[in-house]
Amino acid sequence: MTDTTQNAAGAMDERLRQVSIWKKLLNRPELGAVAGTVLVFVFFGLVAANSGMFSSKGIITFLEVSAQLGILAVFASLLMIAGEFDLSVGSMIGFAGVAIAIPAAVWGVPIWLAIIFAFVLAVLVGYVNGLIVVRSGLPSFIVTLAGLFILRGLTIGLTREITGRTQVSGLKQLSEGDPIAWLFAGDWFGFLFANNPTVNGIPASIFWWLALTALATWVLLRTPFGNWIFASGGDKLAARNVGVPVNSVKILLFIGTACAATLFAAIQVLDAGSADTNRGLLKEFEAIIAVVIGGTLLTGGYGSAIGAAFGALIFGTVQMGIFFTGVNTDWFKVFVGVMMLIAVLFNNYVRKKVTEAR
Amino acid sequence: MALLELQGISKNFGAIQALDNVDLRLDPGEVLGLMGDNGAGKSTLVKIMAGNFPPSGGEIRLADEAVHFHKPVEAREKGIEVVYQDLALCDNLTAAANVFLGREIKLRFGPLKILDYKRMYDRAGQLFAELKSETRPRDLVKQMSGGQRQAVAIARTRLRDCKIILMDEPTAAISVRQVAEVLDLIRRLRDQGIAIILISHRMPDVFAVADRVSVLRRGRKVADKTTKESSPEEVTGLITGAIQSA
Repeated sequence: MTDTTQNAAGAMDERLRQVSIWKKLLNRPELGAVAGTVLVFVFFGLVAANSGMFSSKGIITFLEVSAQLGILAVFASLLMIAGEFDLSVGSMIGFAGVAIAIPAAVWGVPIWLAIIFAFVLAVLVGYVNGLIVVRSGLPSFIVTLAGLFILRGLTIGLTREITGRTQVSGLKQLSEGDPIAWLFAGDWFGFLFANNPTVNGIPASIFWWLALTALATWVLLRTPFGNWIFASGGDKLAARNVGVPVNSVKILLFIGTACAATLFAAIQVLDAGSADTNRGLLKEFEAIIAVVIGGTLLTGGYGSAIGAAFGALIFGTVQMGIFFTGVNTDWFKVFVGVMMLIAVLFNNYVRKKVTEAR
Repeated sequence: MALLELQGISKNFGAIQALDNVDLRLDPGEVLGLMGDNGAGKSTLVKIMAGNFPPSGGEIRLADEAVHFHKPVEAREKGIEVVYQDLALCDNLTAAANVFLGREIKLRFGPLKILDYKRMYDRAGQLFAELKSETRPRDLVKQMSGGQRQAVAIARTRLRDCKIILMDEPTAAISVRQVAEVLDLIRRLRDQGIAIILISHRMPDVFAVADRVSVLRRGRKVADKTTKESSPEEVTGLITGAIQSA
């Protein structure tokens, strides 16, 4: 009798093997992305050491690119862990951009109100995307692919209808003195770079990226909602049977990706001072690549927001690194494609390791 | 007074009539064996009692009060717990996370609520120990044997004081030794005053623990009698249709 009790407690079971630290590390989804980041930095550290890539200015440049993608990727990772995709985020960026720019530049609405308006639209778009997916049971791939075309078409159509062009500019002056514009386009902690005339400060997007990654990770690992995200992506029927509101979880995450796209748009529009109907093109795929490099499984149920943030860092660093090394940037896409393939192969290997009985 | 009473329950899926005018009664502290061949309507009946979908016709009464379940949560709130045939476990989560899925233990920091992993692991370990199962709370369900998965599914039902547990084929996919453990567990639950509906194919299991047995055939109830007055041979005949009704 004592035997079984001890076995039940799991303390004395002679059949238990010690799990090595290496195996435990392999079980972390973000391992590949962290290792990849180290590799990328070592590579460019050797190749582009004297190109200015690792000056303050250079670092801020590639961090900013990574940060903007990272904002999208973090929310895309949450949605992917819950078992769904959002291919409409790229188009949502363009849509949100003009949703900020047209009211502000054409109708004279204050910037802060225009930004709120864009976020309200984002909540609506995310809600509709999510509702169609959970109600119809269709793959989100198809539903949001439709969204990709509808939103891009609406963006181009409405902008040309209202302004006669496909660009809206003049937001730089309008955002001056605005109470919330600095949240998106400002450079923070400028005093740190007082001696460096090329740097105004750290772009706000970098702080958003870090804060949202931390927030998403906390939600995933420390809150019931995070548990429900994993459960929804793991086995939605089982999750629903035990009372997890799977549909609400998914709809909320679709709203999340649409809002991330809108944040991305607000940052770019206020930074550039203009909106373009073509903004955000292919960003949905870049976000998915970052998420996959970050170790999240396309099938859902397994993944990490930190991994997605590292995936975005790799993406941004390579993109800017190739620029700094002077290699023809045409090769960038080859590199990204190969990297994604390696990441998927690696993840596949990890999944088998994790799945097999130990 | 019956704890749970089904009156004239019917269910159609399109042209298929899965259940036709089924009456069922469960008394407090009773173990009822629900038997029938594949497609006889056992799982459909369970899902109606569990609130997965409403019946096309008929009434469910809990302690003499008509109830209408739209979601599994509503049935659970009324004290009906289910161990599903497919076990309703998420393979990608740990045993403890599965036990607490949907009713996690939380720590409160002002308005913030975070998961209390330690208490969930401890409580899950305690439940598995009570079930005499070797399941470890931190293991992924994906890596578990059928018996361990069963233990996780049954541990779920023990979180709250429930009045009724519906068990859909709890002994179908587990080792001989663990069948005996599950049957022991059913007896222990009954001794605590919990009423159990045991849906099973396995004649010896039903006759080992059930006080009464109801037999479904092609969506109709063809027999309802105490196990003392019946025999495995008779029930087999009722299931296959060799005996029309009893």
